[in-house]
Amino acid sequence: MSQANIPHSHQRVPHFNAAALLRWARRHVILLVLVATCTLATARYEAFLTAENLFNVLRQNSMAGLLALGMLFAILSGGIDLSSGALLAVGGFVAAAVSDHGLAVAVGAALSVTGLLGLANGLIITRGRVQPFIATLAVGMMARGMLLAFTREQSIRVAPEAMDFKWLGRGWLGPVPLPVLIVASAYAGAAAVLGHTRFGRHVYAMGDNDEAARLMGLNVGRVRTIVYVVSGALAGLSGALLAARVGVGQPTAGLGWELGAITAVVLGSTTLAGGQGGAWTTLLGVLLLAIIFNIFNLEGTLNSYWQWVLRGVFLLVVVMLQTNRRTTAPVRAA
Amino acid sequence: MSVATAEKQWQVAWVPVGLHHGTFVLLALLILVNAALTPNFATFATLWNLLLQAAPALLLGVGMTLVLATGGIDLSVGSAMALASVAAVLAIPHGTVAAMLAGLGTTLALGVINGSLIAHWEVSPFLATLATLITGRGLAQVMSRDGEVVPFSDPAFEALGQGRLGPVPVPVALAALTIGAGVFVVRATTWGRYLLAIGGNERAAYAAGVPVGRTGWIAYLVSAVLAGVAGLIETARLGATDPANIGAGAEFAAIAGAVIGGTSLRGGHARISGTAAGVLILVVISASFNMLGISYAWSMVLQAAIILTAAALQGRGSPGEGRA
Repeated sequence: MSQANIPHSHQRVPHFNAAALLRWARRHVILLVLVATCTLATARYEAFLTAENLFNVLRQNSMAGLLALGMLFAILSGGIDLSSGALLAVGGFVAAAVSDHGLAVAVGAALSVTGLLGLANGLIITRGRVQPFIATLAVGMMARGMLLAFTREQSIRVAPEAMDFKWLGRGWLGPVPLPVLIVASAYAGAAAVLGHTRFGRHVYAMGDNDEAARLMGLNVGRVRTIVYVVSGALAGLSGALLAARVGVGQPTAGLGWELGAITAVVLGSTTLAGGQGGAWTTLLGVLLLAIIFNIFNLEGTLNSYWQWVLRGVFLLVVVMLQTNRRTTAPVRAA
Repeated sequence: MSVATAEKQWQVAWVPVGLHHGTFVLLALLILVNAALTPNFATFATLWNLLLQAAPALLLGVGMTLVLATGGIDLSVGSAMALASVAAVLAIPHGTVAAMLAGLGTTLALGVINGSLIAHWEVSPFLATLATLITGRGLAQVMSRDGEVVPFSDPAFEALGQGRLGPVPVPVALAALTIGAGVFVVRATTWGRYLLAIGGNERAAYAAGVPVGRTGWIAYLVSAVLAGVAGLIETARLGATDPANIGAGAEFAAIAGAVIGGTSLRGGHARISGTAAGVLILVVISASFNMLGISYAWSMVLQAAIILTAAALQGRGSPGEGRA
């Protein structure tokens, strides 16, 4: 089982010395960076710490947040989902195409289609014994290719009368934008599933040590398949939200977003080897990327490509801190 | 019982053929089918053009195969192409040689960073090169002022992409040379053996005295510099640098080519000739769909199907599943 789930007794004892402080900082580096970034932004930009700006940031990033949550499941299980950007486009297109039948049908159709594509990922990985990297890369190519071919690369408008569907992306519940509530409940649900259900335990166990989980009698194949269905469905939901927000389903939506999702998950101190990490820290990773973007917007004059440099450097720093912590033997698996 | 035995025999008899010759058989089939069906396909002009289109991906494929052999991965090669391109075009006022050196120097630096992160800091190759992918693409766009397309005029530089040696386009000659060198290195040098040893079992290789760090470090260096050459070729062909698009997604094409050619992501195998055939399969599909007037979207579907089939054939009989 993962280290995160078995607290070592010595960690409970407070040590007020430099080494302990450094250890604590390394474990919570994402939180520290986020707090530092927000403090800096608050000091520098009057517009930053306003409900309007913050809700706007959250609403704009709700799609990326859902995508990262799906990626978290794949990474925790020891795999990866490179198809999620393409599945986002499929979900958005399907939802927009049937939006005239109402909100439930639109979201249901998007989730079903992308869930099925996720099932294809899972079955190819478990039954076909193809590595997740290759399987999801190919399924993503196939999904994107078919979507582009069938639509002749044309976007589809959300039906003008589908007000309930557009409400999904643009509406408010009291003072809070609806997409933000959806993302918040998705993360709360994922945290509950990962922390308090048998399925969640199995995902961690499998990601930590596949062979040990199998020997304990765990149905590794089934758990892994479900993981990719969940990831696919979350990508579909993300696509539906995007389509509802912008009012069209675009076959080119979400190009390369899977890399952003991986970045957010890793910034949220989930290790790529699997078995360690969680939903709430992933949300911190999503927020950090969102706030970097927001700062570049508020600054206005900076060349916006610097934000990619900054993203890459943050990713590198976090990964280096994580790695140094665990280094014991010369092992370097991909 | 007899079904199981038959399946076993099928695996024993056909899987090795599928793995070792399937790529070449498929490539030959594709070329034959196209020669029969696609108008103007079976001409020297088309074939040279195909190879010319494939040259950058072939260079990336050789580097990627060496990296995959160690059990690693290099996601930064597309960004390396863009960095080399921008650096070279910025240095063109100082002369052709300076431009090429600037391009290659930039990717050399990138390779050193990748290699050091992975071999010395022991960062996972996926994350280290993902970080340099993101940073590199960002830097390339920052360097060219807002990611603009910057044209240039330098006949000597453009010859790298547009020139010919006799009937052979220069990029094709470079790619062929690199593939030959790659095959030689893997088959006949100590370093090549070390690569496979590390990919096969890193701890065992370390215990046996293989210089694990240095060997892997050089693989990332070679991969980055070959990507730099590919970036220079693309730049010379375009007569401009296009930092947003040069090499975008090229890493996945190179990985796909290697996987089709029988080099697994699990490490321990390096089939350079297979990678070359795999890359050519992908290029022949997209080029022939283009010539037949079929949307490139359908060529993505067929390419993905071939990648999956190749990977599923490799997966038969090997244990670990589900790992990235």
